[in-house]
Amino acid sequence: MHIKSKVYNNTLYVVLCGELDEHSATHTRITLDNIFSGGDFNQIIIDLSELDFMDSTGIGVLIGRYKKMKSRNIPIFICNPSKHAEKIFKMTGLYEIMPKIV
Amino acid sequence: MEVEKLNFMEVKFKALSINESFARVCVAGFCVQMNPSVDELGDIKTAVSEAVTNCVVHAYPKHNGVIYLRCEIEGNNLKIIVKDEGIGIKDIEKAKEPFYTTKPDEERSGMGFAVMESFMDKVVVEHNGDKGIVVTMYKQIGNERLQVNNA
Repeated sequence: MHIKSKVYNNTLYVVLCGELDEHSATHTRITLDNIFSGGDFNQIIIDLSELDFMDSTGIGVLIGRYKKMKSRNIPIFICNPSKHAEKIFKMTGLYEIMPKIV
Repeated sequence: MEVEKLNFMEVKFKALSINESFARVCVAGFCVQMNPSVDELGDIKTAVSEAVTNCVVHAYPKHNGVIYLRCEIEGNNLKIIVKDEGIGIKDIEKAKEPFYTTKPDEERSGMGFAVMESFMDKVVVEHNGDKGIVVTMYKQIGNERLQVNNA
């Protein structure tokens, strides 16, 4: 898992590249928390266009980040999910807390 | 002489998270002979990943045991068996409920079995004798194309 990020117009853009499963979950959690700990933004957009694989472990990782950002009142949005990621998001109701944007 | 219709492959590997991607690629590689669609291959990889993750996270709390993976192909029917010899699951029906997790502190979604059931045609979860769990998953390959052709 490789994570790219940049802040533009008060928005933190994060691109997850690679595979998000149990093996990469801890690294992903730590890296995202590190990036999110900066304060120069008021919303986060997670771009999944370069995510090659994700299973339900990814849901746990995303919900964990949502909880941390909720306490700071910073909303998180999802964009460009694969068909399979989308299926898992819809099953779990993730879009209710992290809406999908186009 | 009758032609043997069943094809199979078996591997066993240590219950380490680094082997999850190996398991996914291994099953996907074997299934290529069924000429699956990209979507079907994604369904299979996701379901395998969930089953193997369960073994890695839950089956062996004290040591890294072994995971047994077997795939069978008969015609357009795929059967995947993921087996461990770990501590087992006390209440299988409870474990299969969406959002149920025994490790809520670890940011786990509790959606593993629900994802397997959603991505495969049928999932059977059983005790492996008195040691561990056997997950058997079934999927018919080519269903999507049949539906398109019949439309």
